[in-house]
Amino acid sequence: MRISASTEELEKIRKFVADHAREFGFGEADVSDITLCVDEACTNIIKHAYEWKKGKPIHIQLAMKNNEMMVTIVDQGKPFDPDSYQVPTPEEQLSRKKRSGYGILLIRKLMDHVEYLNRKSRNEIRMTKKR
Amino acid sequence: MSKFEIRKRSKSEVTILDIYGELDAHTAPTLENELKQLIEKNFVHIVVNGSGLEYISSAGLGVFMAYIEDIRSQDGDIKIASLKPKVFNVFDLLGFPTLYDIVENEEEAVTRFK
Repeated sequence: MRISASTEELEKIRKFVADHAREFGFGEADVSDITLCVDEACTNIIKHAYEWKKGKPIHIQLAMKNNEMMVTIVDQGKPFDPDSYQVPTPEEQLSRKKRSGYGILLIRKLMDHVEYLNRKSRNEIRMTKKR
Repeated sequence: MSKFEIRKRSKSEVTILDIYGELDAHTAPTLENELKQLIEKNFVHIVVNGSGLEYISSAGLGVFMAYIEDIRSQDGDIKIASLKPKVFNVFDLLGFPTLYDIVENEEEAVTRFK
């Protein structure tokens, strides 16, 4: 699936992912988790990689192999450095009035494996979930 | 496009926001604007009835994070009621139940302001 980087597309992305996860045989709880994680990853791309610039491309690929679903999301925006990410506590967030950082935390909690690849101007996030 | 709607009611001193649909990065500004307006008018006893909320992402949760301190500094609070289990699960995963009153139903949420 190729979409334009805009929050208007999030509903379409969620439907695409949920439909395929069901087809791959996941139960509803896993379908919800996978869908949420793809939303979070795409939202981060829209906000941080593309800094809200509309029309930039996001590619989403879904595959099922050996009882495991692999989600690959590719963008061409600013790269994300996972080593610089610090897990926020809700108390910290409240005191700093910040509202970001939770998406990555959700992805780490809900998916079985996550990795980030940066090559030249291409960023790729790969997430897997076992059925 | 994601659908999200807010309907507003009052019960004595408490403002009830019935929220419906999907709260994501696209629809979060709608809730944000509503909360801003309530704070400006000093309506800071707020119950969010989430019985119609089908989906929430961290962008939706972020709205609650952004305004709770302002509301509490005016002696108010946001109490969250009637969440569906899959929506509650997202709040729970991020540790929100330790920071917010998240209760079974609207009546209980309203009672907690008394």
